[in-house]
Amino acid sequence: MTTTAAARSTAATQPIIEMRGVNKWYGEFHVLKDINSTVLQGQKVVVCGPSGSGKSTMIRCINRLEEHQAGQLVVDGIELTNDVKNIEQIRREVGMVFQQFNLFPHLTVMENLTLAPIWVRKVPKKEAEETAMAYLNRVHIPEQAQKYPGQLSGGQQQRVAIARSLCMKPKIMLFDEPTSALDPEMIKEVLDVMIGLAEEGMTMICVTHEMGFARTVADFMVFMDKGEIVETAPPKDFFANPKTDRAKLFLSQILGH
Amino acid sequence: MTANPTVQAKPQALIDGGFPAGGLMSLPAVQWARANLFSNWINTAVTLVFAYFILKGLFGFLSWGVFNAIWSAPDSRLCREAKGVGACWALITEKYRFILFGTYAYDEQWRPAIVIVIFIALYVASAMRRFWNRNLVFIWVGGLALIGVLMWGGILGLKYVENERWGGLPLTLSLATFGIAFAFPLSILLALGRRSRLPAIKAMCVGYIELIRGVPLISLLFMASVMFPLFLPEGVTFDKLLRAQVAIIMFTAAYLAEVVRGGLQAIPKGQFEAADALGLGYWQKTGMIIMPQALRLVIPPLVNTFIGLFKDTSLVVIIGLFDLLNAVKAAIQEPQWRGFGVEAYISVSIIYFIFCFAMSKYSQKIEADFAQARNR
Ligand SMILES: Nc1ncnc2c1ncn2[C@@H]1O[C@H](COP(=O)(O)OP(=O)(O)OP(=O)(O)O)[C@@H](O)[C@H]1O
Ligand SMILES: [Mg+2]
Repeated sequence: MTTTAAARSTAATQPIIEMRGVNKWYGEFHVLKDINSTVLQGQKVVVCGPSGSGKSTMIRCINRLEEHQAGQLVVDGIELTNDVKNIEQIRREVGMVFQQFNLFPHLTVMENLTLAPIWVRKVPKKEAEETAMAYLNRVHIPEQAQKYPGQLSGGQQQRVAIARSLCMKPKIMLFDEPTSALDPEMIKEVLDVMIGLAEEGMTMICVTHEMGFARTVADFMVFMDKGEIVETAPPKDFFANPKTDRAKLFLSQILGH
Repeated sequence: MTANPTVQAKPQALIDGGFPAGGLMSLPAVQWARANLFSNWINTAVTLVFAYFILKGLFGFLSWGVFNAIWSAPDSRLCREAKGVGACWALITEKYRFILFGTYAYDEQWRPAIVIVIFIALYVASAMRRFWNRNLVFIWVGGLALIGVLMWGGILGLKYVENERWGGLPLTLSLATFGIAFAFPLSILLALGRRSRLPAIKAMCVGYIELIRGVPLISLLFMASVMFPLFLPEGVTFDKLLRAQVAIIMFTAAYLAEVVRGGLQAIPKGQFEAADALGLGYWQKTGMIIMPQALRLVIPPLVNTFIGLFKDTSLVVIIGLFDLLNAVKAAIQEPQWRGFGVEAYISVSIIYFIFCFAMSKYSQKIEADFAQARNR
């Protein structure tokens, strides 16, 4: 797996996410300070950093769940502004997986998967269901299609959530601590799905503390602290020789237990 | 009751000893009664005292309401003789048509009778999941059109009956049905508006809800009947029944809006975010993700408000409409039937109770269905 990562990133030259001087405040509190970053098509980025450093806020700006107040954010060639048309267009191309799964509890798994393709992408129902079945197979739970989310385990729910995003055929996938709410024995089944996705060349931005996953998959690591991007480096370099003291401290805490 | 186990065990053993195994004492009902009603002497005493009062009350009511009751009489003479001893159901057998249909033209009262049946059929159809599809809309449109034709007449050889003369149960059912049918969607819009990020819309909805909730329905009805016409241009009339209906809708919508808002507030932020992240638009998100969950959460208070509305329709008396309750009042105003209010009110209470109880039972049933589906 690691051999292909470098090969793919050299092939990918098209920038798909560009952040230039992005700033955000919650009232007086400066959450994002002058964020600059470019992600090329097909790249996998793992974002890490201490709690409260602004990781979630940053990736939630990419699909406009949060609004940035200064700077420029271009996703898939479209600049994010207050224009609702632009926002909806970008959201169609950007899938998101949440820590708390956020499946729709009143709908079956199948309905969760087909709702957005049918209503947003206007895919015929039958086709949407076929696609949904294909993705359920990919995440290894085709037999759960007619169940309700409340009847599934956490790991199964998170895999349904990933399949739900994939059914929209997005160009970019955002993951915000997808395994943090899971019991240890379920983490692997979700990570395996994510690794599979990475191998297929999906552009991914993952906030996660799973450093094994980061080593396997990431093209580069982004380390954040106090609202700033402190360090950007390939995982090999980042883990072996962190340049800043803040990154060293963070790594010693997270790896040294 | 804190029963001392040794005290409890003693009579138990005595009783068990007195009966052969497998006898009367082993019936589940008897065992339940022994465990819950006669477990010790205090329990037994309380049980006996309550049983005495319950039986005495029941017997008193039966002898008044059934055994000594006057069931039919051409006038009230017999009833007056039996007053205090037996109930005068003759009042109902004599006056039921006025109570049920109000001042509707006497010879045409088969029409409101059919209307009642149609209303009930519509309720039953709507309650059945089998009909929960687009056809239900057509069933309702057809049903209501038929009801309109029957009540007004004026076509198909039916005599025209102006709506000033409608009354009794059909009036109650129309006010309640149209009340719910219009107030409910309006309340959803108000609740959404109250949470809107647009200040003008939010202010309008808050203002409306607070203003309407702050006044009694009776004064709204009064304003609708007296003040409303003053604002209309000369020559434009707007009939009394419609004005009452509008007042009821406006009033109920304000209450329902707060119930719906309660449900909306209980939906986790993650549901909104997941819908947004999938690219759903505002109305898609609201209609398919948020509202279905919010409304399920508030079924009990929603039905509470519906039941309240059903009974509040009787307040239309102050603008001179004869709904079910007011038709009863009018019936016992007649000199010869004066003094038999209890019988009359018991009868109409039974009618109100049947409708309200059906609503309540039905709401429990769908709540249970939804809970089962989600397996929570
Ligand atoms: N709606 C809000 N209003 C005010 N402050 C907020 C809001 N949301 C987040 N914050 C603050 O912004 C900072 C960054 O939050 P964020 O959720 O992005 O951190 P994070 O890096 O994802 O942390 P974690 O690892 O705990 O998820 C935190 O200090 C948080 O308290
Ligand atoms: Mg976070």
